[in-house]
Amino acid sequence: MRKFLFQGLLRNPLTEAAPSPDQDALAELGASLARASRRRLGRSLSIREVDAGSCNGCELEIHALGNAIYDIERFGLRFVASPRHADVLLVTGPVTKNMREALERTYNATPDPKWVVAVGDCALNGGVFAGSYACVGAVAEVIPVDLHIKGCPPDPMALLKGLIALVEA
Amino acid sequence: MMSLRETMLRGREARACRPWPRHVVDHSVWLRAARELGKGRGDMLGLWSDGAEVHMAILDHETSQIGLLSIDCPEGRFPSVAHLHPPAMRLERAIGDIYGLAAQGLPDRRRWLDHGRWGLRHPGRSSENSEPSGDAYAFLPAEGAPLHQIPVGPVHAGIIEPGHFRFSANGETVVRLEERLGYVHKGIERLMAGATLERAARLAGRVSGDSTVAYALAFARAVEAALEMEVPRRAVWLRALMAELERLANHFGDIGAICNDASFSLMHAHCGVMREHILRAAQVCFGHRLMMDRIVPGGVAADLSEEGVEALRAFLKTAERLVPNFVRLYGDTTSLQDRTVGAGFVRPELARQYACGGFVGRASGRAFDARRLPGYAPYDELNFKFGASTTGDVDGRIWVRFDEIRASLPLIEQILDRLPSGEIRAEASSCGETREGAALVEGFRGDIFVWAKLGASGVVERCHLRDPSWFQWPLLEAAIEGNIVADFPLCNKSFNCSYSGHDL
Repeated sequence: MRKFLFQGLLRNPLTEAAPSPDQDALAELGASLARASRRRLGRSLSIREVDAGSCNGCELEIHALGNAIYDIERFGLRFVASPRHADVLLVTGPVTKNMREALERTYNATPDPKWVVAVGDCALNGGVFAGSYACVGAVAEVIPVDLHIKGCPPDPMALLKGLIALVEA
Repeated sequence: MMSLRETMLRGREARACRPWPRHVVDHSVWLRAARELGKGRGDMLGLWSDGAEVHMAILDHETSQIGLLSIDCPEGRFPSVAHLHPPAMRLERAIGDIYGLAAQGLPDRRRWLDHGRWGLRHPGRSSENSEPSGDAYAFLPAEGAPLHQIPVGPVHAGIIEPGHFRFSANGETVVRLEERLGYVHKGIERLMAGATLERAARLAGRVSGDSTVAYALAFARAVEAALEMEVPRRAVWLRALMAELERLANHFGDIGAICNDASFSLMHAHCGVMREHILRAAQVCFGHRLMMDRIVPGGVAADLSEEGVEALRAFLKTAERLVPNFVRLYGDTTSLQDRTVGAGFVRPELARQYACGGFVGRASGRAFDARRLPGYAPYDELNFKFGASTTGDVDGRIWVRFDEIRASLPLIEQILDRLPSGEIRAEASSCGETREGAALVEGFRGDIFVWAKLGASGVVERCHLRDPSWFQWPLLEAAIEGNIVADFPLCNKSFNCSYSGHDL
């Protein structure tokens, strides 16, 4: 273990340079973010991830945001364990009917001001599962969505761009 | 005593299901097979329905052969396998939910995937509308003065899939854990019915995102078996390359995540970088980090370029240098092993009874690997080893993952050295009649079973995809008994069962 720790001191960090905020994402956000709440929150956001029926692909890439390469915490973004600590809900999946109430309750447990980011093609419109008896479809049909990050699944860079836009908007 | 194999042959052979025979049997033969399974003479590989019949796939221990049994259900009933062979329990509950077929004698009559929120019952058959207000669910009792219950989920504290865990605890010690799943049920079997091969392959690749390669491969192999298609050799080898990359990426991710749940974030950080290295190589090689939709019926959708080969050689070089360090880091950190050794023990009898695959089964002495048995190309031409650790605890499941990493790296090297040239895709076309095919593929989590029925026009009529988690989730309930509540995340992560794959 000592060897690993020692190497960590001597080597350059693996973390990559920050990407520029996504322009489309910025435009979408401009409409939905109020100045007052921005002032109150500053440049730091706590994120609660909610899987509302995803295949787990989106979760894998959201997980990757925490690794040393992307290091999401340097942007003031961190994942929290409870919706009561969160400013942002990151929602994935085609909202299965079995998860609908849990999603609504998580949203209601999140204090205002709050934002909802729908991650992945399923969260946008149900994706390949659209039309199933077991799925509601878009996250926006259940709770108000402020930003969509597309992809199946979106890669960590796309996620990062969207989230940085959320802080900088 | 009649062997399982003889039992299986005691029916009329149905429409050919390739590559394994399917026999339609009567009640008595069906029950005899269930009894033989209960005695441990075979493994149940799957139990599913298409609405009219109920099917069961069995691996006979005596002959090491796979056979399929079917029973007609004209009156909406079939004899329960679960009362003789408990691993069938949740599968029969799911068949009841989706198709409205009642397993007679089923000990647990509660609904499983149907939470009363779909607005209809039995969506796989003639569906009847119902109020989507949600059903009550009676958890099994655990009684005694000092016991208390802890409900957890469906929304969990981490970035993970949803499910509900109901703990009954005596102080810190778990007396009973009961799982309630089905939250991410997406109705995939119904979406499959009538889908084109292309759409069905995309759906199969999204049953469980972490196993997208293995699912796409299992689906493609079932279709190819049904249509008796020849897949170009280069495609077969590229598929194995993708499958081994997926296995490595997940095992690195798992080892890091398990150690992280024991608060050892150093391993998590290093494994996370390794996983990222693999996903980036996959992006260079096949144009998608998780390699979604790259395996299609008939072959593969993306060829490997020189640039891709270089990316993989670079990864192999890094991995060969670092993996021994990771092994030492885990093996030498006794404070970490203090948490993992002895935690979440799975008895070998249970692993055998449930035909539990993957690292959970292997760590408890069940050395099953679908790459060997029934086996499929190109693994018959490659050299590789199994996981060797059999201690059955969290520690054992970590070591099996290390063993599999050390086996997969040389596999990738062999594939790169000997990759055949030529075509990568054959055209999958219908053959003008109804055909059936099945496949068993080794994903990183264990064996995935797929059965598909194709119509004369080439569309999918029915398709069933069985995740390895069906036979692992129940063992987690047993593994946690007597452990403290605080060790549950550690035990759960060492299983890493799929919610989406199970809920389907």
